[in-house]
Amino acid sequence: MSRQLETLTVETVFARWPFVQQQLADNGLGDIADRPEARLAELLDADQLSDLDGFIGVMEEFLGTNEEKVGEVTITGGRAKDGSPEPVTELTVKVGEVICIVGPTGSGKSRLLADIEWVARGDTPTGRHVTINGQVPDDKWRFSSEYKLVAQLSQNMNFVMDLSVEEFLNLHAESRLATDPQEKIQRIWNWANELAGEPFALDTPVTSLSGGQSRALMIADTAVLSSSPVVLIDEIENAGIDRQQALDILIREEKIVLMATHDPILALMGDRRVIINNGAMQKVIEPSEAERANLKELRALDAKLMSLRHRLRMGERLDRI
Amino acid sequence: MRFVTVSGPPSSGKTAVIIKTLEHLQKDGQKVGVVKFDCLFTDDDELYRKNGIAVRKGLAGALCPDHYFVSNVEECVQWGLQEGLDVLVSESAGLCNRCSPHIREVLAICVIDNLSGTGTPKKIGPMLKAADVVVITKGDIVSQAEREVFASRVHMVNSKARLLHVNGITGQGSFELSTLWTGTEETATVEGKKLRFSMPAALCSYCLGETRIGSDYQMGNVRKINLDLPTGSKTDGGPQDLGPMNTGGGS
Ligand SMILES: Nc1nc2c(ncn2[C@@H]2O[C@H](COP(=O)(O)OP(=O)(O)OP(=O)(O)O)[C@@H](O)[C@H]2O)c(=O)[nH]1
Ligand SMILES: Nc1ncnc2c1ncn2[C@@H]1O[C@H](COP(=O)(O)OP(=O)(O)O)[C@@H](O)[C@H]1O
Ligand SMILES: [Mg+2]
Ligand SMILES: [Mg+2]
Ligand SMILES: [Zn+2]
Ligand SMILES: [Zn+2]
Repeated sequence: MSRQLETLTVETVFARWPFVQQQLADNGLGDIADRPEARLAELLDADQLSDLDGFIGVMEEFLGTNEEKVGEVTITGGRAKDGSPEPVTELTVKVGEVICIVGPTGSGKSRLLADIEWVARGDTPTGRHVTINGQVPDDKWRFSSEYKLVAQLSQNMNFVMDLSVEEFLNLHAESRLATDPQEKIQRIWNWANELAGEPFALDTPVTSLSGGQSRALMIADTAVLSSSPVVLIDEIENAGIDRQQALDILIREEKIVLMATHDPILALMGDRRVIINNGAMQKVIEPSEAERANLKELRALDAKLMSLRHRLRMGERLDRI
Repeated sequence: MRFVTVSGPPSSGKTAVIIKTLEHLQKDGQKVGVVKFDCLFTDDDELYRKNGIAVRKGLAGALCPDHYFVSNVEECVQWGLQEGLDVLVSESAGLCNRCSPHIREVLAICVIDNLSGTGTPKKIGPMLKAADVVVITKGDIVSQAEREVFASRVHMVNSKARLLHVNGITGQGSFELSTLWTGTEETATVEGKKLRFSMPAALCSYCLGETRIGSDYQMGNVRKINLDLPTGSKTDGGPQDLGPMNTGGGS
């Protein structure tokens, strides 16, 4: 049995697959809940165990938790604005990678991201094709509420619901039919607090979080609860959050991160950088040794600017910097 | 000519989405037009005209805009044909949350926005339930979590519809929507076609201009609220809950 249910405790099984409790109760086995510490092997016979295993399989399929994970997305080049063939003929981005997208305004950055979101099949102005795990994907990625390829994080997003952090995360977990919601909520909250630097409580209303705290909560929540394998970041603002750690969290949760940015620090944090012009991917480059070394210096500059901002805020003069 | 009905609560972004979507068809050299239905006032027609879209508007005045819509939709289709349009769109703001302008065999779009609250999908009933495509707007100003929660609420009300996120300001997602508009059947007339949902049966004295309050003045289809229900039980008079009607009031 792949799930090895017999070795797990009742408590663990209920936490991992919350729907199991109801199923057991429906089958007259509800009193199992009274012995949270016991292993299933002590309580159920082989037939009951295999029935339960089958039921969990069906539910996971229904909930989409059993779906093949998105491991990579491949973009096959189309044509530039002038109709010439796209110089980059193929770009594959894998889970755990951070890709930066740079190019002047109007060059086609948004269109590239939209092609990915829409899993283009040569049916967009660029003629690009997008495949998932090497396969031409299903229509579900285009139209369903559960399967969206791309989650978005951007500067001007706010929380509009009037709920506490915990209620808010609960609501999101519920709508995602998440297993083990309590563990996920704790994890999001811990991470968000680490990212923001200034801690907030689970009963803080989301609408009264500071800018940095909101951004931190959005990132941690998207990392853990969003169904989308690709996360698109439109400039993470400098104020108040640790950007390297934000990327680390997304990578740890097996996201593919795409960033449209002109911020040199963010651009150099990426694993690769796609250069867009004239509606086409011109080339894909990896940061050089020299660039990586410069990243250190840029971070120091950044810290310097932050401290100057802080001093201004405190009413100091900047005669000496 | 392709005909598309667009409905949605007031200010949900219908006009913005229609303009951005039609832009893609205009670029393709298609001739496009819109008929806007509203109650008392609209300046949407100005916006459409500015964007090179042929436009007519209909103000329902004291009537429900959707009743007014059905009574006039065939004329609108004929106008579109005369103008030689490739695509005709009707825009109406379902003001009573009970009506739905959607017609069988005509592509039905419902535009609803992320800011309207997670309860809205349940509240707006037929115009959402009967739509083929649900467009969700204003995703640019809410968090990813709220977008996902909202989309799942929409899915609970209408699980068959295709769901698209469109930004009415930048047009993100509008190209994708436009591909669904051109993929529809041609409409030569709507004569004899059927509404997907019947309009509310009621025409009470208040619909007809009565302003005095009291049973003596209530005629036609009147339904009295039951205040005796224990709390927590199904409440009276939800938009989907038509229940049995009491006809007649006083006199
Ligand atoms: N931020 C944001 N604003 C939007 C979006 N879509 C529409 N809006 C704005 O929302 C307001 C209402 O949009 P309209 O397109 O006029 O809405 P409508 O549904 O046509 O309104 P009525 O016809 O009056 O019922 C306008 O100020 C739009 O600019 C969106 O995706 N994001
Ligand atoms: N390869 C292409 N062929 C045709 N049009 C394109 C192509 N790439 C981009 N466009 C169009 O160019 C315009 C500007 O692109 P956009 O992605 O918004 O630029 P950016 O986000 O870099 O400012 C959009 O209307 C887009 O659809
Ligand atoms: Mg852009
Ligand atoms: Mg409008
Ligand atoms: Zn009505
Ligand atoms: Zn009435």
